[in-house]
Amino acid sequence: MTDNSLNELAAHQRAQTPRPKMTARGVSVFYGQKQAIKNVSIDVDMDNVTAFIGPSGCGKSTFLRTLNRMNDTIGNARVDGEIRLDGENIYAPEMDVVQLRARVGMVFQKPNPFPKSIYENVAYGPRIHGLAGGKAELDGIVEKSLRRAGLWEEVKDRLSDSGTALSGGQQQRLCIARAIAVDPEVILMDEPASALDPIATAKIEELIHELRGRYAIVIVTHNMQQAARVSQRTAFFHLGELIEYGVTSELFTNPRQERTKDYITGRYG
Amino acid sequence: MQEHTVKAFDDDIVRLRGLIAEMGGRAESAIERAMVALTQHDLDAASTIVAEDKRIDELEVAVETLAVQIIALRAPLADDLREVVAALKIAAVIERIGDYAKNIAKRVPLIGRHHQIEALSVLPAMAQLASEMLHDVLDAFAARDWEAAVEVNQRDRAVDDFYNSVFRTLLTFMMENPATIGEAAHLLFVAKNLERIGDHATNVAEMVYFAAQGKHMAERDRNDDLAEV
Amino acid sequence: MSDIPQVELMRMPADAAPRRPTDWKTESMQRRIRRRYAAERRFRLLGLAAVLLSAAFLAFLLIAMLAQGWRGFTRTEIRIEVDFPAMALPLTPAALRGGDADRLLAAAGLEEATIIAAERTLGPGGDRLLSEAAWLTMREAIRDDPSILGRRAVLWLPAADPIDVAAKHAGDPRSEAAYARLRDAGLVRTGFNSTFLRDADATDPAMVGIWGALKGSLLTMLVTLALAFPIGVLSAIYLEEYAPRNRWTDLIEVSINNLAAVPSIIFGLLGLAIFLNTWNLPRSAPLVGGLTLALMTMPVIVIAGRNAIKSVPPSIRDAALGIGASRIQVVFHHVLPLALPGILTGTIIGMARALGETAPLLMIGMRAFIASPPGGLTDPATVLPVQIFLWSDEVGRGFVEKTSAAILVLLAFLLAMNAIAIYLRNRFEQRW
Repeated sequence: MTDNSLNELAAHQRAQTPRPKMTARGVSVFYGQKQAIKNVSIDVDMDNVTAFIGPSGCGKSTFLRTLNRMNDTIGNARVDGEIRLDGENIYAPEMDVVQLRARVGMVFQKPNPFPKSIYENVAYGPRIHGLAGGKAELDGIVEKSLRRAGLWEEVKDRLSDSGTALSGGQQQRLCIARAIAVDPEVILMDEPASALDPIATAKIEELIHELRGRYAIVIVTHNMQQAARVSQRTAFFHLGELIEYGVTSELFTNPRQERTKDYITGRYG
Repeated sequence: MQEHTVKAFDDDIVRLRGLIAEMGGRAESAIERAMVALTQHDLDAASTIVAEDKRIDELEVAVETLAVQIIALRAPLADDLREVVAALKIAAVIERIGDYAKNIAKRVPLIGRHHQIEALSVLPAMAQLASEMLHDVLDAFAARDWEAAVEVNQRDRAVDDFYNSVFRTLLTFMMENPATIGEAAHLLFVAKNLERIGDHATNVAEMVYFAAQGKHMAERDRNDDLAEV
Repeated sequence: MSDIPQVELMRMPADAAPRRPTDWKTESMQRRIRRRYAAERRFRLLGLAAVLLSAAFLAFLLIAMLAQGWRGFTRTEIRIEVDFPAMALPLTPAALRGGDADRLLAAAGLEEATIIAAERTLGPGGDRLLSEAAWLTMREAIRDDPSILGRRAVLWLPAADPIDVAAKHAGDPRSEAAYARLRDAGLVRTGFNSTFLRDADATDPAMVGIWGALKGSLLTMLVTLALAFPIGVLSAIYLEEYAPRNRWTDLIEVSINNLAAVPSIIFGLLGLAIFLNTWNLPRSAPLVGGLTLALMTMPVIVIAGRNAIKSVPPSIRDAALGIGASRIQVVFHHVLPLALPGILTGTIIGMARALGETAPLLMIGMRAFIASPPGGLTDPATVLPVQIFLWSDEVGRGFVEKTSAAILVLLAFLLAMNAIAIYLRNRFEQRW
């Protein structure tokens, strides 16, 4: 293979030079006395999908939720350290949580569309944030979001049907459209495909690939093959610590840490 | 090294290594017996060696099949993946080595009938070197011992030197005894085969290094200087 | 011999000795199965019996009430010819159009006129056949159509209570005879008693109406709903969504649960002490009644509300929070609509209980004899259960059927209230 074609092949796989969107430094999370996250520092950047992997209870979902302050809803949760979005500390008192959550959207493990119509599901966010001037503009946002989520063709004729009447995979894409509708900068996905069948999973993965670059995407997953397929950077968590963070292709073919290797080759536990 | 949580995965890896070990053992034995058959001009032994090479080919097919199944069904990662890929390539290499041994055995009927060629007597030593290289590098594979693999790499120099000296000796012999050119030519090929076996052993060493380390061995300097006459 | 090795997915466990499966066909197993079936059958029958028993009680109640009460909706009337011009009443149509028609009518001596007309039509003593308050009907007729003052008119005036009872075949022999005579002469009819539904309480059972109590109940329920529902729902929201979980909120929860079980008469005492004695609100008014019942209903709504809000899955809250809804938006746009069916059910239960409460309202004085329906929230009034209680105490024969009729009205009110609430609940359930 000539040098040229080798380079082309690598470029397709190779992670692009990162533009950091969110930075975490020395983050620790406590639930009362129990420490769930220990001193984690990591960057999330615009052009690379970041995957968090690790065994159950390792803290990856907890850490994900610190990125949009969803842990605030839990009474005795305390977050130390610094997390910045475009340089602003998101835990500063003057940061508006509501606005933060519009900028950093979240998609959950079990699809949870509102028990409203498909249109209303997507339109709710823009409406409460005042992002649309009138009905026409709102219609435009709804259509654009559903298109970006790859759902428009399937539901354009039945926007007034209930969101909960869709199949599991469609519901999850509806949730993604709902998150996209408020024009976020970061999208956090907590095991988005774990409740879906393989075809729906494949569609979600393809969707993530299409969204890459426009939004900074972080995905928590139990499925290592999915992390390998979908991400360009992978972080391995274990017992609340960040064990290894690196380029996905390298981490899965030649991990640096023994614990990482044990986990991904199935020698864990 | 800790075992896989799914025990059957370990069983598969063990079976893969077993096949490689069996192939390696058969190839080694084929080399040694071919040299014995050569020096003793034992035609029956030679034809047995030729027939048994089929078994090595079958084992190579078995290794390929098993490796593909492991990749499909176990989705190996990191060092498991590198080991399976290395096993695939090593099997192909050992199959070539087996072919070289068969090739040597095929030439047995054509050498030493009429004349005694002195160079013949050093070939067993050369074969010993190459065979030991193969043996040690396969041990290194089984043990994932990359340092032993690097060490085997160095020994190829000796085999190459051996070949170069045999080459000059035979050429001189041929020039002095034109009647023996036919047989001597065959001996040349035998020597060449042995030298190739040494080279292939270094290929295996590189794969062992890659499987263990995840990086490629630094480009070794091949002793490609052609002997001058 | 080429044995291509296969990848083994399931390794046979080391101790794969042949396994003897359980024998499900032995006699003891069969016995167990039979016993289990028998137990299930028994339980099903018990359940069915319980349901049937409850239904039977309900049917018994309804049938008894209907049987006794339907007659309360009818009234016997006697045909009286009234020659207005001959009686020369001091009334003219023009005068009645003026402002003080009531005063004129009151002073017009309509009672004597009724007696005269009755004697003319029915003979001497004929006025005894009419209800004492029959003149009120004449007054109504004149008020409705002043032009009859200029001609002879036929009025159907309510019969006296004994005649009314006799018409329903339950009277004493003399009244029966009198009724028979009237009937033969074609002068009597028994028809729908519209005054029952239009007028308030009266002394003569033939003239009593339920409207006063009905309006009183309506106004009281309105006050109760207006106070208990918002306060109850907002309290439930606060306790579930905003309040921290500590000893104080636990104490509040226990207190509310206990409040819901407090006997209603205690709330009556509370109302008496605070609303009447301390705040000096008007006695016997729907306002006070509503306040007292609101105190009683609120805990029920809070408990039902809390349970309904608790049962909204947290995934909906997470989803709403995740796209940047504020706390209030999450509650009012997402949690409350989903919790509304449960809250409405709790409200129905609470309001139904409040509708039927007698004791606390007796304590705050809603037991007086109210002859005219309440005009507003601060006028003296009575409520349906109290009215029923009062009528059931009365001596007159005719009050028996009126009491039953009033019970039927109360049940109808209850059904109407429930129907509205259920309709609302279904509508909200569909929409979301």
